[in-house]
Amino acid sequence: MPANTPDTNQAINLLKKLVSEPGLSAYEDPVRRMIEEAWKPLTDEIGISRLGSLHGLHRAAQPPSTGKPPSLLLAAHMDAIGLMVTGIVDGFLTLTQVGGLDQRILPGQRVTVHPADTKNSRPDLPGIIIRPPDYLLPGEAHGKSTPIEYLLVDTGLDPLQVENQIQIGDLVSFAQPPIEFGEDYLAGHTLDNRVSVAALTCCLEELQNRSLAWDVWAVATSQEEETMAGAFTSSFQLRPTLAVAIDVTFGDGAGSSGHKTFPIGKGITLGWGPNIHPALHKKFAGLADRLEIPWKLEPVPRMSGTDAYGMQVAAEGIPTMLIGIPLRYMHTPVEMVSIKDILRTGRLLAEFAASLDQNTMDRIVWDA
Amino acid sequence: MLDNSIGRNPSMGEEQLLLLERLCNACAVSGDETEVREIVLEQVRPYASQLRVDALGNVLAIREGTGSQPGKPGLPPPSSLASQSSAARRLRVMVAAHMDEVGFMLTYDDEGGLFRFETVGGVDAEHLLGKPVQVGQEHIPGVIGMKPIHLTKSDERNQKVELDNLRIDVSPGNGRKVKVGDWATFISAFTPLGPSFCAKALDNRLGVASLIELFKSPPPDIDLLAAFTVQEEVGLRGAGVAAHALSPDLAFVLDCTPARDLPVLDRSGKSENTQYNTRLGFGPAVYVADRSTLSDPRLVRHILESAEQYGLPCQIRQPGGGGTDAGAIHKQLAGIPSVSISVPARYLHTPSGLCRAEDWKNTLALVYAALSRLTPEILAVER
Repeated sequence: MPANTPDTNQAINLLKKLVSEPGLSAYEDPVRRMIEEAWKPLTDEIGISRLGSLHGLHRAAQPPSTGKPPSLLLAAHMDAIGLMVTGIVDGFLTLTQVGGLDQRILPGQRVTVHPADTKNSRPDLPGIIIRPPDYLLPGEAHGKSTPIEYLLVDTGLDPLQVENQIQIGDLVSFAQPPIEFGEDYLAGHTLDNRVSVAALTCCLEELQNRSLAWDVWAVATSQEEETMAGAFTSSFQLRPTLAVAIDVTFGDGAGSSGHKTFPIGKGITLGWGPNIHPALHKKFAGLADRLEIPWKLEPVPRMSGTDAYGMQVAAEGIPTMLIGIPLRYMHTPVEMVSIKDILRTGRLLAEFAASLDQNTMDRIVWDA
Repeated sequence: MLDNSIGRNPSMGEEQLLLLERLCNACAVSGDETEVREIVLEQVRPYASQLRVDALGNVLAIREGTGSQPGKPGLPPPSSLASQSSAARRLRVMVAAHMDEVGFMLTYDDEGGLFRFETVGGVDAEHLLGKPVQVGQEHIPGVIGMKPIHLTKSDERNQKVELDNLRIDVSPGNGRKVKVGDWATFISAFTPLGPSFCAKALDNRLGVASLIELFKSPPPDIDLLAAFTVQEEVGLRGAGVAAHALSPDLAFVLDCTPARDLPVLDRSGKSENTQYNTRLGFGPAVYVADRSTLSDPRLVRHILESAEQYGLPCQIRQPGGGGTDAGAIHKQLAGIPSVSISVPARYLHTPSGLCRAEDWKNTLALVYAALSRLTPEILAVER
């Protein structure tokens, strides 16, 4: 085995670092710079797409005598859900969502407001999302959970300071610091999908001493939470032979234990359904079994809601696979994940990349 | 500001803010006040002539005045006060601040690190989803999670949050590190926000921090009977027995009261928020009446006069609901003239309250000024 296998501690530290920077959909810049820094020593070439995805290339060691080697694209979206300022009322900010948010998690959340006024380089401002009492709200909002349009951010500043520093369209990100539970579990915001970025980084580490027959593109995609624009465009630009999306999937936990969820810490999921190429699924399943990586089949009967959906139909179509890391409380600031599952994912991806040879595509076929 | 002839004024600077931060970050849900009690004991011990922890866990600390003559323990009948000159007697003044905060208790082990829980004190379930908590004396972390939005229908998202559906999740690995019966509270770091700061448990660590400062730099002409009380949030339980034990001439209660000075978001014609209770930036809030107490009008008048005399801002808390330790204190023994003064703060009983540093500073200054101006004559006047 190569000496580069990351351990739990390294993975926790990497993940904590990755969630320490914002990167709301279409504004991935802060986290992209951090990922670029982590990937630069692990890749032979690195670039940024027109829509802001990060492309890192681990070049094939044994290129074919003619033409380019086949390539594998491993995609993990780096963008985060969050909020955006829609107005200022008496020094309080009104909000809309970026990505899918359940309004019931918002009252009482700590947030950071990011003034976009780069000209004057305004500092980030801490704040709290608050829910006004019913008597200040219209009757339609009484007696139920408060719609986002009636929630406010209090920055603790005087109204004039707010007017001077914040403008409509400014981004608001979650500020809850991550919480460690012993050495295996971590909770925090934006673990969807920085855990997959971490897994992809672990994969690149594991590939350091390996000579591959294929090019491997590690891609941190942009805008998955809104339009999947990063996945559509990066897979078009890079034209991989095979594509794999790595994303979080529903972990069973409070409020959600049942047929659509998977236990955390007990292994990963391998997607199955119309977005997935069945031969590719089988190859992953066989490899996971050989590596003794526990996995469950995740039925995805319609669109997968991940980058796999976008990549499959790029250009002339790409055989696509989806790997899921179970995560509790998705799209809340207390998402919970198992570090073991991240390491398992990184290892599976690395072993998959290493298993590819000039004949692999002969077996990724229909009706074989 | 106050003039130095009254004595060494309690001040508010870096040191006091650090103490407040420490107090806010400590966990002391009603019935489990140990962490705050330990800080209080450590802080007041060097200054107390008498110090004890009573049967319920209240900290009772006495610091005699240096001016005038000592008063007699016990409450003399009001008529006898009139015959004593102020020089002959120091008033015995109870100043109370509750140490406890709202929170939770684990009530049922659902296995796998998930626990059912109940609230301790008034916590609105609307503020619980997606929040981190800390459980027990070891501060084991937990989160209050929920079904992901992807698996919910809009009907479900529009409904009010029901406590019975929530669980505290301490992670699959830590299920044996906590147990049914453990207390829990929010994780919410003390954070400065411009002229304000936010933290959990501002209600009532602001009062506790103020009382500690007063105890360190007391008004010279009174006997200061400090009561750091327990179980205010579950029915003013500690304050009554503390008042019974201290038997003061009168009582000031230092607490924290909601500021609901938010904009009206109902665009259907209502234009003014008339139920703000208090407003940030308007100084300490003086109670005339709440659901638990009709404040002693002599003391209210005295406080307002003190504010005017020393040029300190202050506001009358809108009379109405709510209650403080005064509710239990004023009915003790043969009756104890009582009044409450609070620091106004927004979003109390949620993970993060928010207040203005200036309001706290002015509250401490006003309480000090009012206590310094007290003489036995105040009780000689008929109520």
